[in-house]
Amino acid sequence: MPKITYVTFDNISTTVEVANKSSVMDGAKNHGIDGIAADCGGACACATCHVYVDDAFVAKIPAATDMELGLLDAVGDRRPTSRLSCQITVGPELDGLVVHMPESQYS
Amino acid sequence: MTEITNITIVGAGHGGGTFAAALRSGGYTGEIVLIGDEPHIPYQRPPLSKDYLKDAASFQQLQLKPEQYYLDQHVSTHLGSRVESIGPAAKSITLEGGLSLTYGVLVLATGSRPRRIPLPGVDLKGIHELRTIADADALKPIMQDGKRIALIGGGYIGLEVAASAIGLGGGAVVIEREARVLARVASEPLSNFLQDFHRAKGVEILVDSQVTALEGDVEGFVKAVLLSDGRRIPCDAALLCVGGVPNDELAKGAGLACDGGIVVDLSGRTSDPSIFALGDVTRRPLPLYDDQMFRLESVPNALEQGKQIAAELLGKPAPAAEVQWFWSNQYDLKIQIAGLPLGADRRIVRGNPDDGKFSVCHLAGSRLLCVEAVNSPADFLGAKALIGQKPAMDLDKVADSAIALKAAILSG
Ligand SMILES: Cc1cc2nc3c(=O)[nH]c(=O)nc-3n(C[C@H](O)[C@H](O)[C@H](O)COP(=O)(O)OP(=O)(O)OC[C@H]3O[C@@H](n4cnc5c(N)ncnc54)[C@H](O)[C@@H]3O)c2cc1C
Ligand code: FES
Repeated sequence: MPKITYVTFDNISTTVEVANKSSVMDGAKNHGIDGIAADCGGACACATCHVYVDDAFVAKIPAATDMELGLLDAVGDRRPTSRLSCQITVGPELDGLVVHMPESQYS
Repeated sequence: MTEITNITIVGAGHGGGTFAAALRSGGYTGEIVLIGDEPHIPYQRPPLSKDYLKDAASFQQLQLKPEQYYLDQHVSTHLGSRVESIGPAAKSITLEGGLSLTYGVLVLATGSRPRRIPLPGVDLKGIHELRTIADADALKPIMQDGKRIALIGGGYIGLEVAASAIGLGGGAVVIEREARVLARVASEPLSNFLQDFHRAKGVEILVDSQVTALEGDVEGFVKAVLLSDGRRIPCDAALLCVGGVPNDELAKGAGLACDGGIVVDLSGRTSDPSIFALGDVTRRPLPLYDDQMFRLESVPNALEQGKQIAAELLGKPAPAAEVQWFWSNQYDLKIQIAGLPLGADRRIVRGNPDDGKFSVCHLAGSRLLCVEAVNSPADFLGAKALIGQKPAMDLDKVADSAIALKAAILSG
């Protein structure tokens, strides 16, 4: 299973194995990683699963849909590497992926 | 306050499950007992009418947390057990079968259930309701066989199931008593847009239509829905989806104040200081709307109340009031609603419904109260941020969909 590293805003890293075909959001949920609230459960409706994707992986993830881009347009702390983690499907090419959670998702 | 060491949650659904996790991530180390009458760990209901019904999501994906979480985090679960009564004086509850447990703090998260209407023929085979995974599993084979389902009630669940049925190659007819679908929960432009959209996809939508009975065949299977004007609407199955009623009988039995739902305050407390409640079962104040009392059926509502109770029990500052919101998926439409249009006196439509992308903005004077966004996620999130801040809006800019909603604030 691909390994994914989740990094909190204050730089605490957790690396876990995430099943192929599940989402990066599911990986956080299943391993009790805080910082990805995922209020809508992956419906691309809430933007509480926002992450910054490590530069090396940006190009390996299929482009965001209009729906995802629209939500990202309105998040407060958007960066060029911003994605919604429920919309990133895990596959072998993402082994070693590192994502950072924005500070606004910790409350 | 004396230290709390035993928090018992009745109802292992979306609200109860999230609340248990919030206690642990908030640092609570005492006992948590989570009791639910469904034989499952907590799961999400929204996909039951959407992806799960279409087989695009598995039960495992619906679970809030994996099974292991409850073991690792020492959350004792009693699943498939119904709580029969509460003894507030002894701080005890009695489970089906007679087991009695005591609590320090009790949290009622018993949710709501589909309203049953006393129609002749309602006990025929092929008549469904949709609240639980078991209900969805019973419905799935019908939808996948390309049969025609009658949705009795044109609310969100009825429309979502209609969209799922069409997606699976089946047929659907929506029967609504009011003059438009979503009459209680959406504005006219949104209702009209969705009616047209569903009709274009092949759904039959009947409004101003009162169901009087369900008709069966010789084997006792539903075959048609009969209307008060004499029409007979053929179908292979029917779903009763005319809204929900709160599961507040336990609370009533314990003498807690109820008023169409368990009455709670902004910390989730009921009229008994040791008993709290959250989610669909509650009637709660909304601070952004002058503390008027509402019973809401939405995930964000249950999540917000969970945070209020966790803060109260863990001695943390009360969380800021959240803007209520809701979403629905139908076909490739995403509907997202922020706020409630209470007291609105002005309506502005941004964008053009003909493009399948627009938002209905509801204002009181220049203050934004609610936005219903269709495939317009930036309007939705913009509104969600703005509504709580209550700024004066520039109405011309609100009407101009080329200008981001969050930039449509009156300057100066
Ligand atoms: C098909 C469907 C689609 C939906 N779609 C959306 C959507 O898109 N967006 C949205 O925001 N909301 C949606 N909702 C609403 C959302 O699911 C609810 O608001 C949410 O589940 C409320 O959580 P709750 O914890 O209050 O209740 P529930 O999740 O219903 O949990 C209550 C639990 O308590 C159990 N229980 C009741 N009485 C007892 C007892 N005496 N003893 C033990 N257990 C008991 C119940 O069986 C249930 O398991 C949808 C609901 C349905 C049914
Ligand atoms: S979980 Fe809600 S948008 Fe990703």
